[in-house]
Amino acid sequence: MTRPELLRVAGVTKAYPGVVANSDVSFAISEGEIHALLGENGAGKSTLVKMIYGLVKPDSGTMTLRGAAYTPAEPHAARASGVAMVFQHFSLFEALNVAENVALGMENPPPMKELASRIKAVSEEYGLPLDPARMVGDLSAGERQRVEIIRCLLQDPKLLIMDEPTSVLTPQEVDILFRTLRQLSAEGTAILYISHKLEEIRTLCDEATILRRGKVVATCTPRERSAREMAELMVGATLTPPERAGTAKGAVALEVVDLSVASPIQFGTSLKNVSFRVAKGEVLGIAGVAGNGQDELLLALSGEVRAARDTVRIDGTGVGDTGPNARRALGLVAAPEERLGHAAAPDMSLVENALLSGALRKGLTKNGFIDWAATEAFAAGIVKDFDVRTPGTHVAARALSGGNLQKFVVGRELSQTPSIIVINQPTWGVDAAAAASIRQAILDHAAGGAAVVVISQDLDELLEIADSFAALNEGRLTTPRPVQGLTVDEIGLMMGGAHGMEVAHHGH
Amino acid sequence: MLRLEKRPSPSRFWQGATPVLAVVLTMIAGGLMFAALGKNPVEAIRTIFWDPLFHPQFASYSRPQLLVKAGPLILIAIGLSLGFRAGIWNIGAEGQYIMGALFGAGVGLAFYPADHWFIFPLMVIAGALGGWIWAMIPAILKTKFNTNEILVSLLMVYIAQNFLSSMSLGLLRNPQGGGFPGSRNLSQYPAASNPELFAGTGMHWGVIAALMAVIAAYILLQRHILGFHIKLAGQAPRAARYAGVNPTGLVLLCMGISGALAGLAGLFEVAGPAGQISIGFNVGYGFTAIIVAFLGRLNPIGILLAGLLMALTYIGGELAQFMLGLPAAAIQAFQGMLLFFLLAVDLLSNYRIRLGYKKEAI
Repeated sequence: MTRPELLRVAGVTKAYPGVVANSDVSFAISEGEIHALLGENGAGKSTLVKMIYGLVKPDSGTMTLRGAAYTPAEPHAARASGVAMVFQHFSLFEALNVAENVALGMENPPPMKELASRIKAVSEEYGLPLDPARMVGDLSAGERQRVEIIRCLLQDPKLLIMDEPTSVLTPQEVDILFRTLRQLSAEGTAILYISHKLEEIRTLCDEATILRRGKVVATCTPRERSAREMAELMVGATLTPPERAGTAKGAVALEVVDLSVASPIQFGTSLKNVSFRVAKGEVLGIAGVAGNGQDELLLALSGEVRAARDTVRIDGTGVGDTGPNARRALGLVAAPEERLGHAAAPDMSLVENALLSGALRKGLTKNGFIDWAATEAFAAGIVKDFDVRTPGTHVAARALSGGNLQKFVVGRELSQTPSIIVINQPTWGVDAAAAASIRQAILDHAAGGAAVVVISQDLDELLEIADSFAALNEGRLTTPRPVQGLTVDEIGLMMGGAHGMEVAHHGH
Repeated sequence: MLRLEKRPSPSRFWQGATPVLAVVLTMIAGGLMFAALGKNPVEAIRTIFWDPLFHPQFASYSRPQLLVKAGPLILIAIGLSLGFRAGIWNIGAEGQYIMGALFGAGVGLAFYPADHWFIFPLMVIAGALGGWIWAMIPAILKTKFNTNEILVSLLMVYIAQNFLSSMSLGLLRNPQGGGFPGSRNLSQYPAASNPELFAGTGMHWGVIAALMAVIAAYILLQRHILGFHIKLAGQAPRAARYAGVNPTGLVLLCMGISGALAGLAGLFEVAGPAGQISIGFNVGYGFTAIIVAFLGRLNPIGILLAGLLMALTYIGGELAQFMLGLPAAAIQAFQGMLLFFLLAVDLLSNYRIRLGYKKEAI
């Protein structure tokens, strides 16, 4: 390949108090190259791209863009130099339409009419169907991502940074995105693609730079390596896939019958006639693109949202109209997706957060008076058993990294000898080794006779640990099917295919 | 340049040190203001903070006043702080205070002139009940119709005030009062009075109730699951629902406790220092207690100290007015400074100040 070099990063180091995020990192991207940045959570990928995008300044080292020194003081300067970024978490206003959202991210937005026609032109050119007049609140996650991508493309970028773009997409939507990215690359736009999904990187990327603990540990051509090899480079250890015992299913432990509840969340998705059963020892995996009712399903199962008595049954007893503690008493534990603010109180210590959901099943109160010594022991046990990296149990939950807090939250629920486990996104943001141990712990509980419902957007995860599989699509749940024999195409269709394609094509 | 950096966890040192720092800053800024008004700043500050307690001539009068004023402030603020911690904003303690006084005095006067041991305890119960009922109105409207408790509880204050006027002129008016508005004086009716328990201290049953409330609130917040749920609901409402907290129950509980304590404060005041129901019975304790609650960081011990400090600046302020001829507005500005500095330096418990720009690189 003889394409001219676009960006070179040389010896870049960035340290935060107590942690070196990037140490002497060097790599280069040519024009039109799709370059993967691969690494576990906390490997330093985000810090690196934030420096390229002008959000963070490196302590030392240099960056050159087309041979000239490149020192963006702020994202504004980066965009002016032709660097654009699509973040993992969208910054969109749900109550505004697509064109208005795009305008808000532009330096000098043209008049609305002109902008709308440019949005339509770009969206057609790159095969990203999008109606500029639609409210963002009504869009699927995949469509919201298109808004962000089109906002970037309108600036005609030379380098497009994409942070974990596929985590919110169905397989079909991933295909659409990849076609767009390949088209951009053919036109000479370089793409810096951040992910930890190895198969994607193998299909899409020309080169890969692998980071571990802030250092470049390897560069490789992904097509020439197996996913396993790359994973081991990323983790720095040999990985063992979770083991599972033979599935001896027992009686039905959790049964949901025709459950319909209105979403308590603004722009949320109401559940519509959801039915399923989970037997003792069974793991039911529920897939779906973000925002299709996952949060609502967890709330309805945990008891935070109530429904008619017989829509949710634990061991045959109707509990649909009871609260979280009544269900905990019957052995159901739940771990919500959002760690800070929902599963844990950000400003409270780990000890207090252990009490938050563990008070009842661990017997941490007597006549309402808290046994702090027992609570501390419970918290310390979770920290030890689930390898939570923290200076102690008295630090605030928000001081922990996302992955460590997730280990704490999952550990807290699994340590309560549950008979039914409901988890939303069990390994979101957790590094590969810790994710493997969380999955193993879930499987161990299932082998011990617990009924498990895992809601996840990570298909690989679900296929790895689930016995049966269902998908949420606009609040409806497909009929659960055994995982054995399912193809990726079938799964994609269960998840609703490519969201919004029909709408956009019929509209125009 | 100064810039702020968020701390990973709140600093325990600064949480304790900021109130002291705020008082020092207030003395400096207030001193400058007094100097600009042509008064000796050291003398003015001594008059406000020192003389009420230790002046050879005035202290014997003003020292008991400290507890008399601090008692209701602390009692009301403790109740309010529980709700404020849970994100439930009862702004109408003044009205609940009035209703507590009316209910309690009403029961006492109904027995006049009988002499039974149970009259005063019954008045205490009635006082708490009066405040509780008045607080339940915004609480039930909130839980049933999702009305805003700030607005409703505040407007209930004005209803209570009119009720107070009507009672002073009508039902509770002293039949032997020669037509003047106001009830019989309860301090002259031993079975219904709340006297000073130890001469020269200002200590009465209301002060004892305030101290008991401080201790009870401390235990509730530190040791009891209910206190934990109150804190949780305020800090992370979704986590609270996840923990199984019933939001409706919490509203009723917090409004109820704050209303009952405000009612108790009203009863102890009308049966003690005030002595009678009159049109001008309420002097703003219910509103000032909101300030006391926040000054004390919504912490029971903090509220105890804040109540005493607030009472001191009131008494000292009055003293400075007639001793030094300072205008009342200057005293209010001084109290305002105290609040301002307390809230401003609170920043230090969550942020640290760094000197200099962020390090430039490359």
